[in-house]
Amino acid sequence: MIVQTEWYLLLAAILFTIGAAGVLVRRNALVILMCVEIMMNAVNLTFVAFSREWQSMTGQVFVFMIMTVAAVEVAVGLAILVELYRHVKSVNIDDFDSLKG
Amino acid sequence: MTDLIWLTIALPLLGVLINGLLGRQLGRTLNGIIGAGTVVLAFLVSLLVAGQVSGLPDPNSTTVKLWDWITIGSFDVTLSLLVDPLSMMMALIVTGVGALIHIYAIGYMDHDKDVSRFFTYLNLFIASMLILVLSDNYLGLYMGWELVGLCSYLLIGFWFTRPAAADAGKKAFIVNRVGDFGFALGVFLIWTTFGTLNYHEVFELAPEVAAGTISAITILLFVGAIGKSAQIPLHVWLPDAMEGPTPVSALIHAATMVTAGIYMVVRSNELYALAPQVSMTVAIIGGLTAFFAATIALVQYDLKRVLAYSTISQLGYMVLAVGVGAYTSAMFHLMTHAFFKALLFLAAGSVMHAMHDVIDIRRFGGLKDKMRITYITFLIGGLALAGFPLITAGFYSKDEILANVVDDSLLLEVLALLTAFLTAFYIFRAIFMTFHGEPRDRELYDHAHENKPVMTVPLIILAVLSLVGGFIGLPASLQLPNLLEGWLEPVAHAGHNITLAVEVGLIIVSSVLALGGIGLAYWVYMRRADLAENEGRIYGPFYKVLVNKYYVDEFYDMIFVNPGKRLGKFLANIIDVGLIDTLLVDGLARLTGAFGRIFAGFQTGYLRNYVLSILIGCIIVGIYFFVR
Repeated sequence: MIVQTEWYLLLAAILFTIGAAGVLVRRNALVILMCVEIMMNAVNLTFVAFSREWQSMTGQVFVFMIMTVAAVEVAVGLAILVELYRHVKSVNIDDFDSLKG
Repeated sequence: MTDLIWLTIALPLLGVLINGLLGRQLGRTLNGIIGAGTVVLAFLVSLLVAGQVSGLPDPNSTTVKLWDWITIGSFDVTLSLLVDPLSMMMALIVTGVGALIHIYAIGYMDHDKDVSRFFTYLNLFIASMLILVLSDNYLGLYMGWELVGLCSYLLIGFWFTRPAAADAGKKAFIVNRVGDFGFALGVFLIWTTFGTLNYHEVFELAPEVAAGTISAITILLFVGAIGKSAQIPLHVWLPDAMEGPTPVSALIHAATMVTAGIYMVVRSNELYALAPQVSMTVAIIGGLTAFFAATIALVQYDLKRVLAYSTISQLGYMVLAVGVGAYTSAMFHLMTHAFFKALLFLAAGSVMHAMHDVIDIRRFGGLKDKMRITYITFLIGGLALAGFPLITAGFYSKDEILANVVDDSLLLEVLALLTAFLTAFYIFRAIFMTFHGEPRDRELYDHAHENKPVMTVPLIILAVLSLVGGFIGLPASLQLPNLLEGWLEPVAHAGHNITLAVEVGLIIVSSVLALGGIGLAYWVYMRRADLAENEGRIYGPFYKVLVNKYYVDEFYDMIFVNPGKRLGKFLANIIDVGLIDTLLVDGLARLTGAFGRIFAGFQTGYLRNYVLSILIGCIIVGIYFFVR
């Protein structure tokens, strides 16, 4: 009994929404980065689901790309966050408002 | 030889350049020599060229083309000079009388610190006037017309630090502008009707054009003459123009610029001959102006104002003459008037110069012994103006005009004759009050003395011309040779044929009037001192009106000047400051600022808001592709 593609897509959509909502709502910069990760995983799931449906390797190869980029992004993002914390002494994104005006 | 005519314009312009740019460094002697010298040379050139005119092919004219001025499509105007009897006559008068006045001015302005500027403007005027009279088309005429108006403004307001002088300069220019507006419309109409502005071409085509159009053209051109030649109702600038230095009054407002209107009408005589109703209107305006100006001159106590109103009155005579078709008579009077009016003004200036710039005749008296040459020359000028029979130039020219008017309109003739009587009276009133009797201001009298030869010699020359100048226009009806008529015949025809009886009758009548006027002035101002002191009694209820010049200036103030000022204030404060500056310019700035502040609201600095907008953008794009 194969799980139909629609359920994978639904799960991915839900995951994406949760991630997006988290990015918008949470105040902690670290948590926002984690939510971004959730969004990226949702996209991965979508790619893999379609790859199985259409019997094409393209989707799975692309997932590799995404994972690589995600890893790099986390590294850089965390580095920036640490530097920001040193200056602003807080991880609350509402405190990073020097672009205001 | 006629090719050299351009020198007459170039020489004064050279004077303008030298005196204008280097004047201050050169010093007043050189300013005077250059200023007067260029005009003397221009006169000699004019004399040479004029000598050639009789030998020129019919109609004794030739054109000296300088260069193509405007060539736009079919609009083709060249800068060319026309050498013919009429233009050369004007050129001789302008340069001849002009040269004498320039020489006189060397002496008159000897205490003034702005001598270089004076001679610059004066030379510019001569050049402009020559452009006006020598041009061969209406556009050149108009250019010269405007230029002399400019020079008039510059010279009237020469002592611009004096408010009265500055105002007078403005008034002259603005009133002239009103006339020039009509003149410009006339020139435009000529262009649209004839397709050309050249005199010869226009006059050739004129008979084929509709009479209504010709009438429109001539009346519009005459409006310009009303302004420039100070006819009613645009005469108001001329008396105020006396604020300028006296040589200016002599040159511009007696001998030359004001005669430009007369010249223009005489030049266009072929057009005016085709528009009889316009010509009659012209004659009426001339006659009325002559009379009314003479009445005002009766009671003025500023000697220059008397002469100014006299000029307006004599110009009225000239306008009357062209109105009845006596074009050569008008030119004759123009010439003799140039002689004796310039003489009168220069002599008045001589008196002023000796009396510390006082010009009120109520403070003069008994000067004939102190200033013999000035007295004698002024007397000769006055006799010429009054038309003293047989020996003065004014007699012959005025007589010719009177003879030509009598056929056309008895009313105008009566006005003209009355004016002649008043003319004799007012000028001799001025003479008796200035030179005869007891000095009214002892201190001024004691310091008075005759002026230097550089001032008195021009007076003498002009006096001689005022006596013999009339002999070139002896009445043809008396079988005497009228040289001027013959000279001008190719360009402007003489007036009516006058019978012997009418001619003799008029000679007698005008002589009686002239002598009568002189006699009455003698009786009032020499024999009846009580009347002389209290002039108002002679004129009764009219005195106040006359002294106030019929309240024309006050009327214009009420109708034009004050509403104009109010309009100006309104436009300046409400429209310019309120509407344009505050509402539009500042408003635009404030609007931009407001918009800026609205959009600045987007720059919150909060990452969350930025992420939200990215998300919304993605959703929109997604929906777009989904719907497609």
